[in-house]
Amino acid sequence: MTRWLMRRRVAAWLIFGGFAALPLIAAMTGDPYLVVVATRILAFAMAALALDLILGYGGMVSFGHAAYLGIGAYAVAILSRAGITDLGAHLGAAVVAGSAFALVTGAISLRTRGIYFIMITLAFAQMAYFFFVSLSAYGGDDGVTLAARSTVLGQDWLADDRVLYYAALAMLLGLYLLCVAITGSRFGRVLTGARENPLRMQAVGFTPFRFQLTAFVISGAMTAIAGVILANQASYVSPAYMNWHRSGELVVMVVLGGIGNLLGAIAGATLALLLEEWLALFTEHWRLIFGALLILVVLFSRDGLTGLFRGRAK
Amino acid sequence: MSLLSVRGLRKSYGALKVTDDLDLEVTEGELHAIIGPNGAGKSTLIAQLSGQAGSDAGSVLFAGAQMMGKPMPARVRAGMSRSFQITSILPGFSVLENVSTAVQARAGSSFRFFAPVARDADLNEQAIAALAQVGLSDRAQTRAGSLSHGEKRALELAIALATQPRLLLLDEPLAGTSGAEAERLVQVMAGLKGQVTLVLIEHDMDAVFALADRVSVLVYGRIIATGMPAEIRADPAVRAAYLGDA
Repeated sequence: MTRWLMRRRVAAWLIFGGFAALPLIAAMTGDPYLVVVATRILAFAMAALALDLILGYGGMVSFGHAAYLGIGAYAVAILSRAGITDLGAHLGAAVVAGSAFALVTGAISLRTRGIYFIMITLAFAQMAYFFFVSLSAYGGDDGVTLAARSTVLGQDWLADDRVLYYAALAMLLGLYLLCVAITGSRFGRVLTGARENPLRMQAVGFTPFRFQLTAFVISGAMTAIAGVILANQASYVSPAYMNWHRSGELVVMVVLGGIGNLLGAIAGATLALLLEEWLALFTEHWRLIFGALLILVVLFSRDGLTGLFRGRAK
Repeated sequence: MSLLSVRGLRKSYGALKVTDDLDLEVTEGELHAIIGPNGAGKSTLIAQLSGQAGSDAGSVLFAGAQMMGKPMPARVRAGMSRSFQITSILPGFSVLENVSTAVQARAGSSFRFFAPVARDADLNEQAIAALAQVGLSDRAQTRAGSLSHGEKRALELAIALATQPRLLLLDEPLAGTSGAEAERLVQVMAGLKGQVTLVLIEHDMDAVFALADRVSVLVYGRIIATGMPAEIRADPAVRAAYLGDA
């Protein structure tokens, strides 16, 4: 076990080191677009990380996590329209709104298990999607273009793509360290135990529901933070962020990277978005190739990308 | 005095009365065995007592407190723990983690998000003590799912003990174990006598008569006799209903 923790630490240094060095590489190759793409990757990595917390550790397959991306993005759009442009306020509003939506929908969804849980989280996300589609004050289906990015201390530092990139990277690192702490804590042990055998956990005196709901709320809040970054990266917010395809893509990212080890989610999001960019250069039917790759990964490595680095199963 | 006092307990599945106006008194400190033929309702009774299954009517007083209507986690926190007939452990956790998770359930809040639980000395020390009690000390770091069947049964006992129960409900702890494994588990249970009150459901009559202070015989959802092992052996009604064909 400790060996596995050592490997994870090395992998974390490599991944975050690589991200930190990326703008330098972009500057050397003279490709500023790379930083823009990478910021998008960081936002989705946050969302995938949040999903892995409940999917990988809690056994809760949420098929509606895109809703939280949209909630975070609309927090930026709505507050900016009202003249509040501060990043801290945007993040605060996103976390509060994401937590509230997760608390209400999670409390209901967690009454069910398995396929019903998947369906009910999907249904709630679709309700959120159609709510924003019909919100004509914010462009309805078309969405809204942001006048400017969020500000920090009244300054428009984030207008520089590289500053936004490093801000996103710092947030991803913070959320990753938060998840490492949570999953290794007393709380994390109960969450994982409830996935392994809920009856056993009740038989030693735990009520799994309270722990699962708490994790669900934490995950929702984290994904809303990813939405704030996404809105800033695109300077544009629309209901498309909350589309159920998007929820499916988040699940794919987690599975592709390997569930239940946090770094896998980050790696999966990175690989999925890079493949999307790269394969799209060759053919408009890139999804076909992507699908085939996903099948291969799932068939040959239960643990996704991380399985390739972990060596043979015990 | 009675630690557990069951009065008029009932449960039906449709027309089938699985538990039929059942009365049971378990004295503090005793090992009380419940025997009965297959289908007598023994496992259902444990499920009802532990709160896993609901009851249609009756009263379950534990240490003077009414347990009817309380869910399983609340009953465990009140001091009633159980083991399962079909082994129920956390297979992906290590043996030590299985037990220290149970310790954690009794040791204050589990809404702690930052301190690493693997290095939680309070939890691990108590868990190691519980493992020593069942003879699994040298398997602490093994993945629970890869233990032998007999070791899993012992682990389940250690998990139940780690919740520091006043009353331990054991549902066929010897089920499926081999001779040597069963012997070891019987020794463990003999060692528990006096420390904790035990209700033991078991098909192994040698084990029951060796361990029990008192025996109750359950037939068609009713207790038809309760007494010392020797009295039960001699009871003609019991012999007719059960022991005769054993």
